[in-house]
Formats: sequence, C-alpha cells, structure tokens
Amino acid sequence: MINFKNVVKEFSGKPVLRGMNLNVAKGETISLVGTSGAGKSVTLKHMVRLLEATSGEILIDGENILDKDGPELARMREKFGYLFQGAALLQWMSVFENVALPLRENTKLSDKEIEEKVVSVLEKVDLLAAAEKLPANISGGMQKRAGLARAVVTEPLILLYDEPTSGLDPVTSRTIDQLIHDLQRDLGVTSVVVTHDMISALTISDRIAMLHQGRVSEVSTPKDFLKSENEVVRNFLDSQCISSKFFEEFPERTLS
Amino acid sequence: MINQNTYECPECCSMFARWGHSGLAFCQLVGQAVILNMRALMMFPQMFRKQSRPEVAYQLFFTGIRSLPVLSVVALFNGMIFAIQTGIELQKYGQEVNVGGAVTVVMLREMGPFMTALIIAASVGASIGAQLGTMTVSEEISALEIMSIDPVRFLVMPRLVGLMVMMPLLTIYSNILSIAGGAIIAITQLGVELQAYLDNVVIYAGNKDLYTGLFKATVFGFIINMVACHQGLTTKGGAVGVGKATRSTVVVSFLVILVTGFIITKIFYG
Repeated sequence: MINFKNVVKEFSGKPVLRGMNLNVAKGETISLVGTSGAGKSVTLKHMVRLLEATSGEILIDGENILDKDGPELARMREKFGYLFQGAALLQWMSVFENVALPLRENTKLSDKEIEEKVVSVLEKVDLLAAAEKLPANISGGMQKRAGLARAVVTEPLILLYDEPTSGLDPVTSRTIDQLIHDLQRDLGVTSVVVTHDMISALTISDRIAMLHQGRVSEVSTPKDFLKSENEVVRNFLDSQCISSKFFEEFPERTLS
Repeated sequence: MINQNTYECPECCSMFARWGHSGLAFCQLVGQAVILNMRALMMFPQMFRKQSRPEVAYQLFFTGIRSLPVLSVVALFNGMIFAIQTGIELQKYGQEVNVGGAVTVVMLREMGPFMTALIIAASVGASIGAQLGTMTVSEEISALEIMSIDPVRFLVMPRLVGLMVMMPLLTIYSNILSIAGGAIIAITQLGVELQAYLDNVVIYAGNKDLYTGLFKATVFGFIINMVACHQGLTTKGGAVGVGKATRSTVVVSFLVILVTGFIITKIFYG
C-alpha cells in the first residue's frame, strides 16, 4: 500500500531521512517509534507530500506521489485521513462544522446527508454532545477525537496519526488507543501511527518500526519488538521502563 | 502550497556575491507573493460558489463595516487638520474660500486612498497576517491541503475580494468625511459660508481625481492582501514567527503602498 524506496530528505543540507525504506501492507497498523529528531513526523508528512523528498520514491498503491501535482495530487490525497499532533481544527468553526468541512468542500452530498454522516462519526468518537462547541472550548483529548472524526468522515483508505496521545493524560491516551483500534477494526483501513508512547504502539500495532538517524532500524511485531536484541530498540524500551514481558505483566493492555 | 525550497544564500566571502544572492532571494519572495495573489484573483468567479459565499460575505463585513469606526475618526480629523493648515496660509492672501477646493483635490487624489490604505493595512492586513500565520504554525493550512481544500480558494480569495471591493468604498467614505471635517473648520474657524465651501468643492472635484484615487485604492487593496497572505502562509517558528509575520505585514505593506502610490501618481499626473 505504502512503499518508501531509499527516500532522502535534507533540510538546509542537513539529512533527516538518510535512505528510508519502509513497506506498509494494506489493512495493517504500523507504528513508527523513535527518539525526537529520528524523522518520524517527517516520514509521515512525506506520505501525503506535505514535504518534498530530496530523492527517492514514495509509492502509494503503486503510484509515486512525488510525481503528482495539482488535481492528481489532490486525488491521491483523498485516500488519506490525517490526525495532526495538535488536531489542527479550524478555530472559528464548531466541532460539527470542522468535521463536515471535507464533505462540504469535496462532495456533492446534500446538507441532510452531510449531517447524518457527521452525527454518525461524532457518535463513534463520543463527541456528539460537544458538536456545537468551538475547538478552543473543549479539552485536548476532545480536540484529538474531533480531529480523528474529521480524518475518518471521508472514509479514507489510509489513516495517518501524528502523535495521537501526546500531551494527554494516561487515561485519555488509552481511550484514544481504544478508539484507533476500534476504527481500524470497523473500517479496515491501513494506519500509520507516529508515537513516542510505547504502550500505545504495543497495544494498537500489527508491526512497529524503530526509526534511528533517518533510517528504519528494526521492523517487527510488538511481541518480537519486545524481545529484540537491537541496542537502539533496547535503549528505547528501557527508557520507558517497558520490559520484554509487557504482555504477560499487563494482559489487560491487549485491545479487543 | 507555497514552494518550500526557498532560495538560500550560500556562504560566500565576497560582499558583492552576498548582495547578489540576497537580491535573488528577494526576487523569489516577490514572485511567490505576486503569483499567490494572482491565483486568488483568477479564482474570483468562484466567490459565488455555495461553499465560498459565507466566507466572502464575512470578509466584506470584516474589512468594510468593522473598519468604519477608526476610519471615521481618522478621516474626519485628517480633513480638519488639513483645512486648518491650508486655511491659515490662504487667509494671508484672502483666499480662505478656496479651502474646500484644496481639501477636495488632496483627498480625492492622494490622501483619501493613502490614509485608508494605511489604516486597513494596520488593522485588516495585520489581522490577516496573524490569523494565517497562526493557522500555518498550528498545521491548519496543512490540514486543508490534505483534505484537498485549496487554501488559496478557501482563505486568500475571500480576503482579496474583501479588500479589493471594500477599499474603494471605504476611500469614498473617508473622502466624504474628510471634506466634511474641512467644512467644520472652514465654517467655525475661517468664517467661510457652507454654501461657498460646497460650491468650491464641486468646482475643484474632478472626475479624473476621483477615478485615479479609486484606482489607487483598489491597487492598495491588492497589495495589502498580497503582503498579508504571503507573510501569513510562509510563517515559521511558532508564536515568535507569528509576531514577525504580523510586523512584516504592516511594515512591508506601508512601504509598497507608498512606492506604488508614487508610481501611479507619476503615471497619471507626471
């Protein structure tokens, strides 16, 4: 579904991605983890061409997004839903209007049909009661859920999450994890999650990719990731006090 | 949306090379800003689309109606100040009756559009720069792009409509108020009859002066939007970046308005 082929990205001559290779299969959830500056968010932004790669190829369903422009790029972007780190809701619009925006702008649905879709998505993220509130008047967790509702309302094939649990308390973080897992199960979309939060990565992912110095250092299933002998992975897990017996110690973390 | 591969000055030893590279970077900046606004101008027919109408209406209201209080005070007092200064000099030659003509010509040709543009640049322009800057740093612009919503059509075009439509109307309004301010001074301080003042205004008010002033106002509207939207959409660096973008919007708008105003005057009257 998504293939990165030797992607290099430099900012003012400084390399951030140094020949990134990554394959994401259709329908899977993959988490990109790593320290700050490893290139996680930069990788995510390249998938929708918010950033231009210095060299390499990024294939989405076999089409190189780096070759696309104008309407073709817009058509490819319609495959994506994107949850930004700060939710990126338009501040002068209510939660309802924010979620309805992509439908109003890009479809010919009637107002009634749009309302039905938005209400249904807001119910899924448990935000119907706050539909008429402005983003500034709701909590960080609610903003993330509103951002998630906006990302899924167009029924995309691929969902990208940029730090979905950052800045949230542990309880709200786990609620967001459950929500991501439920959406994944119900919609069957391909998901790429950038996160620092290893608990989140371990519980929602089919595979975890460890990024280090602009390259993928290891890709494996959560269980194999915990047992990895890779020094970078071990250091990262130890820094968050995650033991190799995480799933045995916390069986309740497994999402259903 | 705006090319992120901005021209960067390589490390050179020569002072002349540095000047040259800075010149190239400046040309790229101006080119980007002009192309951005021209794209918005080409999208004017889309202002009547169902999706665009509410934002266009709001921008007309925000630029026009919300600017009236400050513009009223400035225009009225500007007319009064000008009438006092010219009236005192004209009185020395017994020509104070001509103060109406002096106020009218100056306001229609130069001061009306210029003063209106400065006020709108400092209020509406700064507001646009700050809003778009905040949206850029908080990734709201990126969110629009991913939703396949063109930020030029969604954000820049309605603001351009607001400024290019409202600037001439606000200029007419400020001209009228300035002439009224001049009348207050002429009647109360210079002893000129109201009818004589108004007759003088009508005699000196030329069509060419009015059209030139309104043309200037429209061009100034284009300039304010061009500078504000470009500064906003290229903002980097969080709150500090937004502050810089807002400041640059006002400073650059003032300078470009001043130079463009001179060029237009030179073309029509030089």
